[in-house]
This record gives sequence, C-alpha cells and structure tokens, in this order.
Amino acid sequence: MSAQFLHNLLLFGRVLRRLGLDINPGRMMDLVSALDHIEIGRKSDFFYSARALLVHEREDLLLFDEAFELFWRKPAESWEVEWQGLTRRRRPSEPVVTHPALKEAAPQTNDSASTSTESMTVVEVTRTYSNREILRHKNFAEMNTEESEAVKQMMAHLLWKVSERRTRRKRPGKGHLIDLRRTLRRSLRSEGEIFRWSYREPKFKPRSLVVIADISGSMERYTRLLLHFIYGMKAALNQPVEAFVFSTRLTRITRPLQIRDLDLALKNVGQLVNDWAGGTRIGESLKTFNFEWGRRVLGRAAVVLIISDGWDRGDVELLKQEMSRLKRNCYRLIWLNPLLGAPDYEPLTRGIQAALPHIDHFLPVHNLASLEDLANRLAGLDTPSRRF
Amino acid sequence: MDFTSIDALQSAMREKRYIAERGLATSLYLALKLGRPLFLEGEAGVGKTEVAKVIASLLDTELIRLQCYEGLDVHHAVYEWNYTRQMMHIRLLEARGDKVSEAELFGEEFLLRRPLLQAIEGSKQKPPVLLIDEIDRSDEEFEAFLLEVLSDFQITIPEIGTIKTSNPPVVIITSNRTREVHDALKRRCLYYWIDYPSFEKELEIVQTQLPHAPAQLARQITGFIQALREMDLYKLPGVAETLDWTTALVALDQRALDPVIVDETLGAVLKYQDDVEKVKGDQARLILERVKAGID
Repeated sequence: MSAQFLHNLLLFGRVLRRLGLDINPGRMMDLVSALDHIEIGRKSDFFYSARALLVHEREDLLLFDEAFELFWRKPAESWEVEWQGLTRRRRPSEPVVTHPALKEAAPQTNDSASTSTESMTVVEVTRTYSNREILRHKNFAEMNTEESEAVKQMMAHLLWKVSERRTRRKRPGKGHLIDLRRTLRRSLRSEGEIFRWSYREPKFKPRSLVVIADISGSMERYTRLLLHFIYGMKAALNQPVEAFVFSTRLTRITRPLQIRDLDLALKNVGQLVNDWAGGTRIGESLKTFNFEWGRRVLGRAAVVLIISDGWDRGDVELLKQEMSRLKRNCYRLIWLNPLLGAPDYEPLTRGIQAALPHIDHFLPVHNLASLEDLANRLAGLDTPSRRF
Repeated sequence: MDFTSIDALQSAMREKRYIAERGLATSLYLALKLGRPLFLEGEAGVGKTEVAKVIASLLDTELIRLQCYEGLDVHHAVYEWNYTRQMMHIRLLEARGDKVSEAELFGEEFLLRRPLLQAIEGSKQKPPVLLIDEIDRSDEEFEAFLLEVLSDFQITIPEIGTIKTSNPPVVIITSNRTREVHDALKRRCLYYWIDYPSFEKELEIVQTQLPHAPAQLARQITGFIQALREMDLYKLPGVAETLDWTTALVALDQRALDPVIVDETLGAVLKYQDDVEKVKGDQARLILERVKAGID
C-alpha cells in the first residue's frame, strides 16, 4: 500500500467522521489490515470492504455511498460544490443553523442584560405559593415570555416514571418458579437434604415510550413548551423514549434530543424538521410511523403518546385505519389534546372523531397541572393486574 | 476449505445454491479473514440465516445456533447444571452411606453445554460456525454479556474454571431490527444490510433453489413479487415468500399465473389481512397483466 493511498484513506475516515458517521481509529486500522486480503485495484471490493467496516447503521449507508463516490473519484473539479451539498444532509450531531420558528420564540440568551432581567422576573413569577398555583393552571397558549420561562423551570422538576412491564427475564426472588440451581447449592450445606426451596421471580422493567407530536400551524402556540416537555421527559426516564414530530410529514427527533444541552438539542430539532407550522396530515404521518417505525420501536408493549389538537386536513378514512393499526401494536395509546383544557371544548372535529374509538386515554395537555396528571397516569398504567 | 479470494467464496456459495451479492461475499470473506463477527441486518425472509448454514457447509464444520429471545440468560446460552442427575447422584451416595463431595457433583459429567460453550469448546478442534439468530429479540442484559464473550472468547464457570479458545468460531449475528441493537455490539462486527434482490438475482435464486419449477412460472412469480415490493404494503414479501409461493404453485401443477390462482394463494405471499385485501382482485389482475406484458 502506498503512503499516498494510506494518507487518502485516513483523510476519507476524517471526512466520514465529519459527516457524523461513527468512525474511530480502531476501525480505520481494521480497514487497513482488511485491505491486505483484497485486491485494492478492484474498486467494488474496496468499496464493500470499507462499507462493511465503517458503517453499522442502515440509515448511514446512502450517505457513505455518496461520500465514497465523491471522494474516490479521480478528478476533483466540482468537488467543493457537491461537498457542500453532502454536508447539508449530514446527521445532526452538531447544530448548523437555527430554524426561524424556534429562534423567534426562544429567549435571547447571548444578551447578558436581558438574561439577567429575565431570570429576575422568573424568580418573581414563581416566588410565592399562590403565584405558582396560578401558573400551574395557566394555559400554555396564554403565557408571556416570563411565565413560559418559569413554567419551563417548573417542568424540569416534574417526576416522570412509566409503569413497569413483567419481562421474561427471571431473577432470584419470591416468585413461584423453583430455582433448582440455588436450591441444590443450599441443600449441600445439609448434605443434600432439601429443607427450603429457592425461587425465581420475573424481572420488571419500565415500558418504553413513544411520543408523536403535532407541530402544525394550529399547534404553534404549544409547540415550544411541548418540545421542552418531551425533552425533559426523555432526559428523566431511563428507558428508551422515541420521539417524532409531524405536520405534513413525520420526522424522527430521537437522536437530536439525546444531547445533554437542551437549547442545542432544540436547535438541532429545528434544523432537522422542515415543515414547522405547516398543514396537518395526521393519517399520512401515522401511516409513515406504522410502516417505517412501528415494528422497530413498538416492540415489548410500548406506551404511545400522540400530542395533537386533531385538526386534520388529510384523509379521515386513512386516519381511522392507521389509528386502529397503531392501537393493535402498542400497549396503551394516549392522546393528549391541548384544546381539551378549554371548558367549552367538545371533540367534534372529523379527525378526533375518527381517532377516539382507538384511544385508551384522552387527556388535556394545556397547562402544568395537566402534565402532572399525565405523569401520575403513566406511573399507574399497570395497576393492578392488567394484561401484560 | 480456505478461500483464496472473494470470487472463490462467491462461486463456492453459488455451488451450495446461495446466490450472494458481491457486497455480501466481500463482507463474509473479510469476516473470515479478520476473525470478526458478521452482523447481518435486513427484512424478514431475505436469507440472513441461510448465510450461516451455507458457510458452515462450505467450511465443513458444525453449525451451532443460538436463537435469541427476551430473558435469554447464561443458563440457556452458556451452561447449566443437570440438577436432576445431581440429585439422583446425591440419593445414590446416600443409599450407599457415602458423603457428597462438591467437586464431584459439579464435575464435567453434570454439565449441560449450551450453544456459546459448545462453540468455544468446539473451537479447540475445529472452529464451528456460531449463528446468533435474531439478536433484536434478546434484551440489553444479554447484549452486554454477548459483547464480553465476543471480545475475548472465554467463559468462566466458577466450579470448573475458565474455558477459552485462541481459535475463535466464525460468528454470524442476524437482526430483523425489531429493536435497536446497541452500537457497541455492532462496532465489534462487520456490518452488511441484505436488501431485497433485483429481478435477475431473485429469478436466479428461484431457479437454483427450485430447479423443477417451470421457467415461465418462475419468471411470472418473480415479476409479480417484484411488483408487490413497489406497492405500499405493510409487510413486503421476502425471498422466502417467493420460494414458498413457487413451491405451492408447483405442487398445484401450475405452469403459469392466472388471476384465480393468484387470489387463492395470495396468503402464501402476504401475511397481513389488510395487505391481502388491498391486492386481491383488481389490483392483482392489473399487476399480472403488467408482468405478463413485461417479461413474456
């Protein structure tokens, strides 16, 4: 292997890493030693070897293919232009731009003066018990900036817990399954006479949670706080939480939400989603979810939260069908509707009417108190002895 | 058998009636050469498990299969003591008036060897192929354990000691992606995504696997299945379904597809009622006409 080739290979690795692929020096070493076994001259063999060693997610295959094609092509004329096209599509591991919809709404954190006054008002708003009580019951849509900042802080203190599912894993305990291993071990102390049986019991684990949130135009006043709520819930829970948003199409936001820094995470979400405040096609979006993600994220009896006001401009029949499919594939289907908080609201829109028969719990999500209710509800889904 | 090139491996697999794409052959070849596990992902029925069977047969070695499920633990994956025999043994000694010795009771003759232990012990003579099937059905606890085993190929049984091999088995891991498998495990492996085959490749698979199927029927079935995969179905048919359907139609003495027989046997291809209803009748007839016009 020529020094020049090795140099290019390492450069290629750096390029892939910049595109967000999970490349480390170990993998590059593996690739170098793999090349001893193949004919490097044969491009397709080199390509497949590099791909087998450097990619381990199906989602990254296409990106790899394009990067490979671009990098290992001989003349490098229009390289720059195409390169930029490629970086724009990379996985969102770091933020590039802030989407206007979020930027406009977000507090200006880089201005020190405004930050300090803001935090002062936040303190002001939440200082007394009665103020907190008023805030707890105030509709998200009617809050001013200070109040919504205060609520975000209060949100961070919510305790999230999803009720547990009996897994098929067993561990020593008080169950009714005899643990022969331990029984025998114990019997040896009394020369093989069994005086006491040991037992095993099933291990319990919290159910996984899937959140599918509507970010269409009619939900705009709630979107920002609800994203905070989803982020907070995901950060607080130990089990997997999958998050998706939709207006006209579905976007998975699980990865960007994993970042520790909340503002950065929300920025990344903003960058990833390109149909903020658009129209609503709930049926279409749920179909995408069912077809592309359902089988991957609904295993092991997950709990699904749909957050939407149910204003749907799509096909109602499709919505019905996909709701029923979703219902059959999850443990509990919970629909959170911000409008349900209004005293005179009745679920009459076609979308909601189509969805209602398939929903286990139809709950409001318009203020902090409703989130607290939700937290209690999620913690108590499995009490007592319901289906597993 | 030792393979000297990717081409050699590819054609050897073909002789065993497995039509491997270049990418799969390359990944498998490197997995053998580098002694790394091969992680195969893809939709159900694209021939992931078959790869392990074929490679075991090519290497003329044993295939040891570990089917994964939730709660899979050391006692089912690695080893277990034969308690019934141990208890009998205790009673026997008792009857003779002897004392039980622990070392005797936890000796090799009371050890039940499960797949992972079999694979590591077997490697001392001739490395077997270890197929860890449907890893996505297991849970995080087992994944973490497997990661350990795959990194140093050694297993410790407290009563006996450490069993290890310097000549590890060929490991093939498959996943249907019903759950995200942890990155750490995937990082240790070579990764290959098996896609649905092209028309030509699928026809070749049908012809290789079922040489008795009438040529026209095979072409029409393959064309029909390929058209179904273009449709908006909840569960697309895999190659396994193509082969099942062909076998069924051959058994029914069909020489070509016709709308009636398609409607009657669609259940061999589509596994969800919604999908069957969507295709049955007009849609099926339409596809059939297109297929016949296109390939005959």
